[in-house]
Amino acid sequence: MSALSNRSLRTWLHGLPAVDQVGAEARAAALGTRSIKTTSKAWAIDTAISMIDLTTLEGSDTPGKVRNLCAKAMLPDRADPSTPRVAAICVYNDMVTVAREALGDSGINVAAVTTAFPSGRASLPVKLLDTQDAVTAGADEIDMVIDRGAFLSGDYRTVFDQIAAVKEVCRSNPDRADAHLKVILETGELATYDNVRRASWLAMLAGADFIKTSTGKISPAATLPVILVMLEAVRDWRGLTGAMVGVKPAGGIRTTKDAVKHLVTVNETAGPDWLTPQWFRFGASSLLTDLLLQRQKLRTGAYSGSDYVTED
Amino acid sequence: MPTGFEYAPAPESRGVVDIASSYGLFVGGEFVDPADGGSFKTVNPATGERLSDVAEAGAADVDAAVRAARRAYTQVWGPMSGAERGKYLFRIARLLQERAREFAVLETLDNGKPIKESRDVDIPLAAAHFFYHAGWADKLEYAGLTTGARPAPLGVIGQVIPWNFPLLMLAWKIAPALATGNTVVLKPAETTPLTALLFAQVCQQADLPAGVVNIVTGAGATGQALTEHPDVDKIAFTGSTDVGKQIARTIAGTRKRLTLELGGKGANIVYDDAAIDQAVEGIVSGIYFNQGHVCCAGSRLLVQESVAEDVVRRLQRRLGTLRVGDPMDKNTDVGAINSAEQLARITALVEAGEAEGATRWSAPCELPDRGYWFAPTIFTDVSQAHRVAQEEIFGPVLSVLTFRTPAEAVAKANNTPYGLSAGIWSDKGSRVLWTADRLRAGVVWANSFNKFDPTSPFGGYKESGYGREAGRHGLEAYVAAGSED
Repeated sequence: MSALSNRSLRTWLHGLPAVDQVGAEARAAALGTRSIKTTSKAWAIDTAISMIDLTTLEGSDTPGKVRNLCAKAMLPDRADPSTPRVAAICVYNDMVTVAREALGDSGINVAAVTTAFPSGRASLPVKLLDTQDAVTAGADEIDMVIDRGAFLSGDYRTVFDQIAAVKEVCRSNPDRADAHLKVILETGELATYDNVRRASWLAMLAGADFIKTSTGKISPAATLPVILVMLEAVRDWRGLTGAMVGVKPAGGIRTTKDAVKHLVTVNETAGPDWLTPQWFRFGASSLLTDLLLQRQKLRTGAYSGSDYVTED
Repeated sequence: MPTGFEYAPAPESRGVVDIASSYGLFVGGEFVDPADGGSFKTVNPATGERLSDVAEAGAADVDAAVRAARRAYTQVWGPMSGAERGKYLFRIARLLQERAREFAVLETLDNGKPIKESRDVDIPLAAAHFFYHAGWADKLEYAGLTTGARPAPLGVIGQVIPWNFPLLMLAWKIAPALATGNTVVLKPAETTPLTALLFAQVCQQADLPAGVVNIVTGAGATGQALTEHPDVDKIAFTGSTDVGKQIARTIAGTRKRLTLELGGKGANIVYDDAAIDQAVEGIVSGIYFNQGHVCCAGSRLLVQESVAEDVVRRLQRRLGTLRVGDPMDKNTDVGAINSAEQLARITALVEAGEAEGATRWSAPCELPDRGYWFAPTIFTDVSQAHRVAQEEIFGPVLSVLTFRTPAEAVAKANNTPYGLSAGIWSDKGSRVLWTADRLRAGVVWANSFNKFDPTSPFGGYKESGYGREAGRHGLEAYVAAGSED
């Protein structure tokens, strides 16, 4: 890695094929018109539920709220125990212990946002300590943010080094398996699809296990064309290296319809291998509510109403 | 519960259309039986099932239609003010929108194209053409069509259209003719007459004066009777270059005007700096849209040698995700070949391609066992001299050629008797413009393909025909210089 310089990174990243905005948005819109009905809708709803990182990232979060979220994660619909569990609970790092205890040995992961989330405006030692805290507290997954300021100014080396350093910390808890590293690109601040493609490749080069769109604190968050471009990146990365990297849209996905469009896009872009919680996640809070309502509708033929699904 | 993400059938209901067991000719505002009682059947190409029996117009029927059109022109439509004509066109446009679902389902049943294309492309564009031309009807004097004189209609227009976009081609023909004050006798293709006959009902519903639009169904002989009729003032034809040449010979020496929109062998040029993923999408929509039954299809891919292998690999992967099958399923990407005859032609040309040494690759897809089908196919190792690089296949078959320099790309793109369309894929604006300036094609798309809009003129160079359709230029084909200003 010593030969790695800003110049070599720039040469490489800027050598990636361009993304045509009009074409990418047209392709995403076309994928969004797929008609997913009956058995395939039921499959998509259950798959989407199992891919959720159920999230609360508010300054006003309390241990009680996190415990409530954990209860919902383990039994999303108490009227129907066959409902799949979600993939993970996503919280700030001071709530990791609470979530860890509440989830017990349920198999649901705890993800922590670190590195001075959401802005990422802190020195590297602070970011590493933030991550270390979460790893020590037992986080299974780390959702870090990249330094968008550095990325936009062309200082790719700094972005790379920070991701690589956080990745090292993810491996530092000797009592637990290495924490999975999700790298948040904050695509709403990167603005162009060319930047999304370059940031995706930069994160993968630096060791990301997952690339994630957004913090949920910036609008626009996850959009279908952005996910399309990121899925093309992980598909081509696999073609080049043989290794798979996961993708996580976060923020702005609130309805079953949106979630299904994303699954269609995964299916027809990266391929069916990505259609598992191991390789695709939804960062969401209210999405689960709509998925449960639609699931009930499909099972019983009638909408129960939002009072029959617990809100956080 | 499926184990993977298999899309369950999502069929559009055919309950919205009411197909009669037989149809007459639409002449003088009414459906009438043909003089000699002849008929032919139209089938659903996806299943082979008979949809309806349609009257076959003979010379006497064509004559009756032309006389009805002449009467309507002289007595009603010619003298009517542009503003009044515009009202009828707006009414037709709105009715097409209101009955869009019905038209889309009928088009898919009769033609074999995927419902998502008839629903999202054919029918909305057909309505858009009527809206666009309705707006022109009272503004023709300001369109700069005739210098120093008012634009005047020509009279009775004979129009012959193909089977690939039945209602849309009807709209391209009828809307400008009516907006400029002409009356029409139109012959739809023999394999796809049903939406034209439904359109006749829309004309009735819109209270369009009798005889302004006449629809005569039939095959080549009917078309010939129409083009040979002495009281027709202009012929507008869209179809094959062979038939276009026959029509030109028939009309030579007469007073009739003629516009022809014929075949093509469009080049889709992909430079090495192109946005590759989007270029692949453009290649796919360029040749697999509407099963490749598109005169302006990008049937020749010219790809820069340095990225050729990558582009072909991505293309093959993408073709693996195309859903070929039941055109009525909302998730179908590629539907049925329109007729047994067309399937035979595609098959013969593909066999010729293999025999000449090109490498054939077809998408691994299961084809239905009834109806007419052809898997999306790519030929690599194609040279300029091969038939698959020269002849219009009019099916889902792409020929891939490579180039090393921009000059070579342009030379290869232009080295064809046709000149209808071309596409250019490059992230560099100056290269796009340099290339577009040198291509002899009527339409050149940059970083897109198969984009249509009624405001944009469309037409060809060389053996792809002459005259323009749509846009202000399209009006020129339907007017003469009238009284002086």
